[in-house]
Amino acid sequence: MSAAERTIEVRALTKTFGLNPVLRGLDLDVPRGEFLTLLGPNGSGKTTLLRILGALARPTSGTVRIGGWELPDEAEFVRAQLGVVSHLPLLYDTLTAEENLLFFARMYNLPREARRERVDTVLRRVGLARRARDVVATYSRGMQQRLAIARAILHDPAVLLLDEPYTGLDQDAAALLDELLREVAIGGRTVIMTTHDLRRGHALADRIAILSRGKIAFDAPCRDVNPDALPALYADTTGAATTR
Amino acid sequence: MTYSDSRTRLLRGLTIAAVVLFVIGLYLALFWVGPERQQGAAQRIFYVHLGSFLGSFIAFGAAVVAGIAYLRTRNPRWDTFGLANVEVGLGMAAITIVTGMTWARPIWNTWWTWDPRLTSVAIMWLAYAAYLMLRSGIEDPERRQRFAAVYGIIAFASVLFTIIIIRVRPDTIHPVVAGPTQADPTGSFEVAGRIRDTLFFNLFTFAVITVVLVWHRIRLENLIQHVMRRKLEVLSEL
Amino acid sequence: MSANPEPTTHAVSAAEGAIARPARRAGRRHRPLTPFWRAVGAVAWKDLRAEMRSRELINSMVLFTFMTVMVFSLALELDKEARQTTVAGVLWVTIVFAGLIGLGRSLAAEKDRGSLDALLLTPIDRSALFFGKMIGNLLFVLVIALVLLALLTVLFNVTLLKPLLIVVMVLGTVGFTTAGTLLSSMSVHARAREAMLPIILMPVVLPVLISAVRASVAILEGLPRDDWFPWIQLLVVADAIFLAAGYGLFDYVVEE
Repeated sequence: MSAAERTIEVRALTKTFGLNPVLRGLDLDVPRGEFLTLLGPNGSGKTTLLRILGALARPTSGTVRIGGWELPDEAEFVRAQLGVVSHLPLLYDTLTAEENLLFFARMYNLPREARRERVDTVLRRVGLARRARDVVATYSRGMQQRLAIARAILHDPAVLLLDEPYTGLDQDAAALLDELLREVAIGGRTVIMTTHDLRRGHALADRIAILSRGKIAFDAPCRDVNPDALPALYADTTGAATTR
Repeated sequence: MTYSDSRTRLLRGLTIAAVVLFVIGLYLALFWVGPERQQGAAQRIFYVHLGSFLGSFIAFGAAVVAGIAYLRTRNPRWDTFGLANVEVGLGMAAITIVTGMTWARPIWNTWWTWDPRLTSVAIMWLAYAAYLMLRSGIEDPERRQRFAAVYGIIAFASVLFTIIIIRVRPDTIHPVVAGPTQADPTGSFEVAGRIRDTLFFNLFTFAVITVVLVWHRIRLENLIQHVMRRKLEVLSEL
Repeated sequence: MSANPEPTTHAVSAAEGAIARPARRAGRRHRPLTPFWRAVGAVAWKDLRAEMRSRELINSMVLFTFMTVMVFSLALELDKEARQTTVAGVLWVTIVFAGLIGLGRSLAAEKDRGSLDALLLTPIDRSALFFGKMIGNLLFVLVIALVLLALLTVLFNVTLLKPLLIVVMVLGTVGFTTAGTLLSSMSVHARAREAMLPIILMPVVLPVLISAVRASVAILEGLPRDDWFPWIQLLVVADAIFLAAGYGLFDYVVEE
């Protein structure tokens, strides 16, 4: 893979909280347009990795480059091309969907005249156009998560980071999210998603990586991994055979 | 946890020097210098009073340096340095307040009065006590260090306040040793001759004591952290 | 913020670098980062909008203000002579405690909902986020202060709506909310955070509080300029220090 194709480039990344090392020399390359699913047990460092990629946390050592910009020194430029969806909706309850998105459109510096149109577009995209003027507090969990995706793609980011986006969703909402994520991933976006749902992670992604004890312990294209063998593979890799 | 011999020898030497200086300083203050004309023996406490204030000023100033250095380098040693300085500074400020009260009882006929200078020093003490509270309330060590650095910088505003307030409110009854005296505060006296010599000697002594205490506190903190790390290692081996 | 919009490091080999640079630049959308004051405005507007809809904060602050004034007037038995000297103290103590309610909630709500992360993920200067939150908090506290001025004027028959007093009021609340916004962004991460905010905030803002009270008393008693002007100078200095501290230090508080 040449440098031109890598959107995300992580080298020898470590992060220590006090005396507790969470990431221990992690290397990761993600080419442009790839959908990568990141699996791993709680405490393996998934969320920490995404927080570092999102410039919310500072690496203890190592280099991180996203779209050519270096973290943490050029964090503002990295943030401009990132969209993030987490298990929390990251929205304001007392504002309407439209107000929420208009606010973030201003924060992402979308041109004034394009803001409203863009907000309408993404609202239609996630199927919330008819509820645009309702306060977010009245939304179901699934609708909030769809709105969270609308917020994440509002500024048309090149990279999407999804941290356990399925948490707390029922079957229908999860199926809708599947569809939406597939759609969002098309169009050259690079996506990294963490999840505990092995089957779903496999079905959506181009590539699967398993994180264990702060390092990438397994990394292969999805087509080389048999989804039925994935649970056993996951258990072997993470040493969690008894719990899974 | 090993230190180079030369540094340990230096610290030991400084410690002995601090003790000797302190004894000489006390001798000068209690015997060598004559009793002050109006206040008599009560004035002798002033040398410790001002010396310890200088000590706290140095320590709190160093905590600001430590805070800025920590935020730039993220090196935990700067955090240890800051913590040591705040603790020593708090002790020094406590000595300032207690000696001041002891002096005020015979001279002002009260332990405490809400004079601007007394109030501002009390606020300063509270600010640094809050620094320790903040540390104890944050669990994640990295965040604790970061917040402590930030608060160590902000809390210095209360030290500046103790200096500025005298300029704003010259009607303090507290004696002003340095700078212009606009009013005629109760209990002031002329700093000259033996009084001046004793004062300077004690100021120097307290500066040395502060440095020595901070140094010892840093070593103690390093030892604590070393023990904690060993404990974790042993536990993870089990 | 980096003044140089070019990526600074090219750890790739020369041959790779030659291809990599133009390709990477072409693939990147060039969008200027959000201007400082636009971000400040957006954050403050958002807080006001949300508050206007729920009125959660302002209602509890106003109610608290009413109760505090009642407690004071009962406890101090504010008769006519006492009013002139104590009313300034009542005014400022009430502002501070009502303000603590607002400051404590403003960032705690952002943190608990995770929306603080969403704000931190936007390509803005973090200081802009600080000033946005600060201006929001300031407006809430100023509303409380105005309600209080009117309330005390009516209840105690002391004329408080004097231009000079308003100046002192604005200067005092700016200092209080600036330090408060910065310190509440730390206290939200602490155990027992409701108790932590007053503990770390009070000693830092006491100088502001003292200056504001002294200036207010002097102005209310109609004393000459020399009696209140130094306090106003002190307020200005304190405000400048806290604003500079917030501008320079907020980034370090929010970044892990």
